[in-house]
Amino acid sequence: MAKNNKSVPLSDGPDWTFALLEQYEQEIDRVAKYYGLKTYPNQIEVITAEQMMDAYASVGMPLNYTHWSFGKKFIQTEQNYRRGQMGLAYEIVINSEPCIAYLMEENTITMQALVIAHACYGHNSFFKNNYLFQTWTDAGSIIDYLLFAKNYLAKCELKYGVSAVEDIMDSCHALMSFGVDRYKRPQKISMQEERERQHDRETYLQSQVNDLWRTLPEAKLKDPEKNVRFPSEPQENLLYFIEKNAPLLEPWQRELVRIVRKVSQYFYPQKQTQVMNEGWACFWHYHILNHLYDEGKVTDRFIMEFLHSHTSVVAQPDYNSPNYSGINPYALGFNMFMDIKRVCQHPTEEDKRWLPDIAGKDWLETINFAMQNFKDESFISQFLSPKIIRDFKLFAIEDDEQEPHICISAIHDELGYQNIRDKLSAQYNLSNIEPNIQVYDVDVRGDRSLTLRYIPQNAIPLSKSSEAVLKHFHRLWGFGVKLEQLAEDNSISLLASCPEDLKQQTELAI
Amino acid sequence: MAQFIDRRLNSKGKSTVNRQRFLRRYKEQIKQSVANSVSKRSVTDIDSGEKISIPSRDVSEPFFHTIKGGKQERVHPGNDHFSRGDKVNRPQGGHGQGNGDGETSDSGEGEDEFIFHISKNEYLDLLFEDLALPNLQKNQLDKLVQYQTYRAGFVSDGVPSNLDVVRSLKGSIARRIAMTAGKKVLLAELEEKLLKLKNDTIDHQMEIIVLKNEIAELKKRITRVPFIDTFDLRFRNFENRPIPTSKAVMFCLMDVSGSMDQATKDVAKRFYILLYLFLTRSYKNVEVIYIRHHTQAKEVDEQEFFYSQETGGTIVSSALKLMQNIITERFPSNDWNIYAAQASDGDNWADDSPKCSELLHQQLLPIIRYFAYIEITQRQHQSLWEEYQQLSDIHPNFSIKHIREVRDIYPVFRELFDKNISKQKGVT
Repeated sequence: MAKNNKSVPLSDGPDWTFALLEQYEQEIDRVAKYYGLKTYPNQIEVITAEQMMDAYASVGMPLNYTHWSFGKKFIQTEQNYRRGQMGLAYEIVINSEPCIAYLMEENTITMQALVIAHACYGHNSFFKNNYLFQTWTDAGSIIDYLLFAKNYLAKCELKYGVSAVEDIMDSCHALMSFGVDRYKRPQKISMQEERERQHDRETYLQSQVNDLWRTLPEAKLKDPEKNVRFPSEPQENLLYFIEKNAPLLEPWQRELVRIVRKVSQYFYPQKQTQVMNEGWACFWHYHILNHLYDEGKVTDRFIMEFLHSHTSVVAQPDYNSPNYSGINPYALGFNMFMDIKRVCQHPTEEDKRWLPDIAGKDWLETINFAMQNFKDESFISQFLSPKIIRDFKLFAIEDDEQEPHICISAIHDELGYQNIRDKLSAQYNLSNIEPNIQVYDVDVRGDRSLTLRYIPQNAIPLSKSSEAVLKHFHRLWGFGVKLEQLAEDNSISLLASCPEDLKQQTELAI
Repeated sequence: MAQFIDRRLNSKGKSTVNRQRFLRRYKEQIKQSVANSVSKRSVTDIDSGEKISIPSRDVSEPFFHTIKGGKQERVHPGNDHFSRGDKVNRPQGGHGQGNGDGETSDSGEGEDEFIFHISKNEYLDLLFEDLALPNLQKNQLDKLVQYQTYRAGFVSDGVPSNLDVVRSLKGSIARRIAMTAGKKVLLAELEEKLLKLKNDTIDHQMEIIVLKNEIAELKKRITRVPFIDTFDLRFRNFENRPIPTSKAVMFCLMDVSGSMDQATKDVAKRFYILLYLFLTRSYKNVEVIYIRHHTQAKEVDEQEFFYSQETGGTIVSSALKLMQNIITERFPSNDWNIYAAQASDGDNWADDSPKCSELLHQQLLPIIRYFAYIEITQRQHQSLWEEYQQLSDIHPNFSIKHIREVRDIYPVFRELFDKNISKQKGVT
């Protein structure tokens, strides 16, 4: 079919110009539309290596509030880059509307085209259509919100001093991954509302907090023996709990907690969809550029250079290779999407048994369904086929501290397929990766000390750095904080406390 | 559809403010690192920045995370020889065995030092934060100045070589216009009248003669106005402006007699490095003169100064005399800011010490900016110290300090030049 509409191929550079970039973008856009990819409008920005390092330092965002840790990140990045230990990414793409993508000026035209297809169409359509992103993030307002946050922090620094702001931000950063509502859908945020509501919220929150500790006459009337639990249920969103309940925080400090929480929330879906997101983007750059090649729009030289980069991106080193650092999300994701397409088009007997729902269906519809409605964990448990397990030669090892040896618990054979699928899925389950720590109790009537409870899975211990985190928690809470562990046999042990003598007090009481 | 934006020309220092925050936060550690680095440098090496290392435990950002332990399951790719149920020894290292204390940092850096570079300016800023040159304000203008000639408008008096021709001629034209304008108007009127009379049908012989005489008189008076007058002359004016000199000379005086071992010299060297770095912050050109002495003083180069050994007694005044000679010959004190640092282990011929004191008091201290004496010794002070101590009470630009070990240097240096106490006398 390529023969019919014979066309002059686009220049293959290797140098790029803006005119050429636009031509490529138009062609890629045409092909993306042909496959029905729905995307946010694109804003493509060409930047230099230094600017790329700047972007790295502020977690990829085009603007962010000021914090020393970003400076540290920048210094690290710069060092590694200078020493040649690390190459910079070809692109950074931001989940925003319009979808902002950064291209490095050093890239050849082939790489620019690859990046446009990968980021501006692959990632972009994922951001727009995946349910986690739809539920948890509001692409239209994130830039505005970050601008608000940046200005608000700057204002606070002027008013209360750099150190005071930095203290609170440090503490919030320590708890950042515990600032997410895992189940409740967050409200949309927009700059306008945020500014308007912020003042009201300050006063309202403060009154709420005071109310919590209020000792009104009615309280005395109540039965003093009756122990009212607070919080009534354990709370997993530690930052939210602090924002709403920490007794001593000033209103502006609460607002800072809220900012960190919101930013954390924004990045939450990205943590859970790494395999899918990268797999989807690789799948589409592969299809779009091959489609252009089939049409004769790009040259042989172009496609060879593209395939060279593509194969190195989706390569999976074996477990005993010196380059091995876990499963490559690009490789797993790309191969799984390719495999879904294969199962739809040419299902084998085995596929019909393992994936009866999709075998023989329309492939485009199926991969769109898979992209929209899953996250890494569920995606793997739903779509990891025996063929992929065999191709990757996956095997599971079980490392029990109690045993002298580690044990191979499953390999890529008939008996192991289901097992490996479950285990790999669990490996991407965020609640397995992040420790389960919740606010368990607050001594409302006594010294207001707060108890955090860690519930380990498979007796996996918590890192020693928890003590340092607890200090940060203590700074925000303002009263004593304890961290205890609920073991499998229901025994409770104290892991750490802040201040230190709180531990002794408790021990004495016991 | 898509919008392309060229951001390459945008400023790239977006992270600068964050970097500054980082430096601010770790100032203490960075300062420590800077202080340690001083000893590794040559005296005049100021063009490079410095490598700073901070223990990564200090810069780590703690967060709740789990470590190796309990029962863990991982899936890996590339099975080559395992079957289900195989038991394998735990790999050492490789597969990320926890460090015991659980510091498996996410950046893969473990307990390494966090190392980065700061620029030359950042380095010097940190090194000399809160330090000031003593006595700089007090006698800056009345003593240590240079003059620079600059243009200061025009004057009516001057030597012919400064004559400004254009301005002088302008003045001349102006004067001539001013002095002849009225006459010219009158002349024009008379000439018009004359013309009228001439053209009149009636003859006005007498009146014409009178008019002609008047006109001739006027013309004469007009030509009598000189083309140029001394009053017109303008001369370019130059004046001298005092400017603080940016030249400084630093004298390093050191005792190289047998009692000074290499370790003591090393301590002295570090002190000189600091002083040199510090002076280059304030002055454009800093010259360093090395004078070493035992019983005789000699001007030498840096290499010889620090690393050659001589034996003999000690006569400190010889070095002071040489210094004074060099100053009168090469560094007139109204052109140069003179600083001196003397290092010694305190040994001196007993009857030479009063001589030193005398020399300093009479000759040197009145013309130099600052004289720092450091005594590097573990022993009791001797006669030189006593003499110097008396001097330091009289002269605010003279101070003495006692250094016992290498690590005393930086604190002592800070004490000598501390902004807050630079007004007071440096007494230990």
